[in-house]
Parts: sequence; C-alpha cells; structure tokens
Amino acid sequence: MNRLVSAAPIRLGAGWSRLISAIVLLALWQAAATAIADPALLPSPLATLHAGYAELMRGELIFHVAVTLARVAVAFALAMLIGSAIGILLGRSTALDQIFNGWLIVGLNLPALVTMVLCYMWFGLTEVAAILAVTINKVPTVAAIVREGTKALDRSLFEMTQVFNVRPGRILTRVILPQLAPSLMAAARAGLALTWKIVLVVELLGRPNGVGFQIRTFFNFFDIASILAYSLAFIGAVIAIETFLLQPIDRRLGRWRRA
Amino acid sequence: MTGLLLNGVTRDFTEPAARHVLRSIDLTIAKSEFVSLVGPSGAGKTTLLRIIAGLDIAHAGRVTWQGEGRPRLGIVFQEPRLVPWLSILDNLLLVGGSDQAERARALLAEVELAGNEDALPSQLSGGMQRRAALARALLIAPDFLMLDEPLISLDTALAERMRRLLNSYWREHRTTTLLVTHNLAEAAELSTRILILSPDEGRIVADCALPPPAPRLRNDRAVSAVLEDLRRMTHTWPRPDSPETGVPKAHSAA
Repeated sequence: MNRLVSAAPIRLGAGWSRLISAIVLLALWQAAATAIADPALLPSPLATLHAGYAELMRGELIFHVAVTLARVAVAFALAMLIGSAIGILLGRSTALDQIFNGWLIVGLNLPALVTMVLCYMWFGLTEVAAILAVTINKVPTVAAIVREGTKALDRSLFEMTQVFNVRPGRILTRVILPQLAPSLMAAARAGLALTWKIVLVVELLGRPNGVGFQIRTFFNFFDIASILAYSLAFIGAVIAIETFLLQPIDRRLGRWRRA
Repeated sequence: MTGLLLNGVTRDFTEPAARHVLRSIDLTIAKSEFVSLVGPSGAGKTTLLRIIAGLDIAHAGRVTWQGEGRPRLGIVFQEPRLVPWLSILDNLLLVGGSDQAERARALLAEVELAGNEDALPSQLSGGMQRRAALARALLIAPDFLMLDEPLISLDTALAERMRRLLNSYWREHRTTTLLVTHNLAEAAELSTRILILSPDEGRIVADCALPPPAPRLRNDRAVSAVLEDLRRMTHTWPRPDSPETGVPKAHSAA
C-alpha cells in the first residue's frame, strides 16, 4: 500500500540519481582514458562507441547478441522448469528432501567450469552440450529457492484440497503456483544473473558464435574497444529484459496481494 | 452406499502431557444418518473428525468405508479455509468443476451470499466466509459430509436459518452427515443420532437415536426426554480446566 502511494516521487528520484551516476561513470572512464593516453589499452567511451557502431553496421553485433540471448532463453526456460519441479517435490516430501538434500548441495557447489568442460568432453563441442552445461549449473539454485518457498506453503489449504480430492493439476495451478510466485520470481532473478555469465564462458570455450565467442576473438586481436562495445551491448540487452519483461511479470503476479 | 466403520480407533497426544485423546472408539455410521458428536472442547471431537477425513492417523484401530471406491467427502472446517486469491465463486469451482457454475451460484444464494460471487474472501466477514465454506462442501454433493462447528460465531438469527438450511438439505438428499458441535441443542435439532464424547476418557459415553428431524418441532416430547437424560449426564462431568465447557445448561431450543 505504502509503495503504491509513494511510487511516483521515489521512481522520479531514482531515475535522476541513476542518470547522474551513469554520467559520473562515463566521466571517470573518459578521465582514465585521457590519463593513460593509450587507446589500445583503454579506449575512450567515444572510441568504444565507434567500435560498436562498426560491428553493428557489419551486422555482427546484432547476430551474436541474438545468438547468446537465444541460448540464455532456452537454458533459462529448461532450468526453471526442471528446477521448479525438483524444488516442489523436495519441499512437499520430507523423505525425498532427506535423500536428495546432499545431491542438491553437491550441485550448488559444483564449479560451473567443471560442468562445462565435462559436458563438452562427453557430448562434444555441440549446441546440446552448451545448453546442457548452463542448465545443469542453474537447476540447483532454482530448486533450492523453490524448495524453501514450497516448505512455507499453507498446510491448511492442502488439507482442504486433500479432503475434497481436488485434481493435482488444479492444486498446482490454483493453490501452489500463486503462493510460489515470489519464490519463482526470486529463482528467476538469481538464475538469470547466473545464466548470463555462464553462457558467455560456454561460448568462449566451445561455440563458433555468440558474444562469448566474439570476446575470445577480440582477445586474440587485443581489441579492447570491441570487447567493451560487446559488453555494453550485452548489458543493455540484459537491463532491457529485466525492465520490460521481468518487472511487469513481477507486478502482475503480486496483484492479488495488494487487492 | 456410504457407511462408515470405526474399529478401536485410538489416538494419543504427547504434548503438552501424554494422554489418550481417543481410546478405542468403535462406531458405525449407516448411510443417511445425521450424527452429531457432542463434547466439551478438548474432548477429541475434531481429532476424530480429522482421522475420518484422512488428515490425521489413528495410532491403533481402523477406519473403513463401506461401499465401492473412495466416497466423495465434503468438509467444513472450523476455519473457512478459502483460497485467498480466488473469488468466492472460483473457490467453489476449485472443488467442483468449471461446469458447475450455475449450481454454485444457486448454493451461494441459499447461504445468503448472492451478489458476492466475485468478491475475494478477505472482502467478506468471517460469518460470510464460513457460509461460503458450507456452500463449497454442498457443491460436490458429498456422499459423506463432515461439519466441524459450522455455525459457531454466527449470530443467533443467521445460525437458525443455517440450521434450517442444513436440515432441508439433509431431508432432500439424505446425505450421511457427521456434525461436530459443543452445542447439545443444535445437535438435537438436526440429528438422527447424538454421540457424547467424554472430556477425559476419550470414549463415547452415550449414543442416542432420535426420530428423523422433519424438521424438528418445538417441544418434541421424545427428543426432550433424551435431551434431559443427556443434560443430566453432562452435568456430572468433572470440569477442571475451564468453567465454560460449552454444553448448554438451559434448554434453549427444541
């Protein structure tokens, strides 16, 4: 309620301070580039923009960012689906939780690099191996968050649906998922942040396209301006998805709570 | 088809102190009976209901349903237990089916909730939520209906209208019903049979058949006689914990 009332002035203030903070960052960057005075080592913001524009005009930038986003989307969707299913099962059954809690801890602490290298070694430098590696990295995080959300579900409503013998599918969509919405959103955010980073490394290690592959290419040519340009384009895409996709979904899911 | 058989059902609690809540309960409820389970708070009424509903486990003994398959169970809990983010109508359709909207609306009208179909539970008073829970239990046309203090905290006039509704529903459908109540008068008005659960032994100490309420007339001599007996019996109960055991002393309703 308070948020609704005070949303407008806070958002305006936040917008201004965000703008100022971005300008300060750019100024610091420019100052550092001027001080170092070696465009090969630290290009200025304008030089980076030039490099990005050149990539854009060649059609490379959009293609590689799109390829990376597609991998993120597929791995993210798979991991959310599998991770949520595991999380709900473990949260609902104490016996399963006791058996598989150890596995989950192993999964949570498995270094991402190990999964990637193993997947590439077992399945070859293929698209399936790349997606699989990212998915395997993310599933335990999602499962752990959704499991905690499931444990906090309202027991009295389950008792009600149990006596009335409500179909499991209906219990899932009408009783479980609405209560899990905050956990699922938290899992989506935590998972997405992880996925962005891992996908780039997977591409760097064994894919012939994508932002990660481009970064390796520019690394070989010592082209820092292009690396920065790709990073900025990628960060822009991530922020756009967060703002125009995740936040509206978040608001929709939270609607009944404010009613 | 739906009779219920309890054999030696026993349930112990260890918290706060070890005690028998239910001690070897043997009970048969035949099809179409309207049975009231009466006893003071803490006598194990709700525990017995939960065991029958499959929500609690007996430490010994067994619960058997007579008839083929799992019976359709309808329940009204002490609390409404409506799903907070579903409208009242959607709460009913959750246990029914989406094809039962018309019947659900009719039932909501019968419990005096017409016009509140699209409201969220939080927008209704406690009494209205309890009535919605009653409509939900009736919607599925249960084979066995369990009511846990469904009329508690409703005001007198409304409680009387709800008793009339329960009675006319039972007369129309002859649904096997188990009503848990602390109110002997309410039990007498609605039931074909009253069971008294003792407060400290965890046993059924009285089991009286009554003529079918059609509906129950005031000053029904047979019923009054039984009630007098039961009152005399409940008066002798030791009441260590609370002065208010819930068993009414005055003969307030017939």
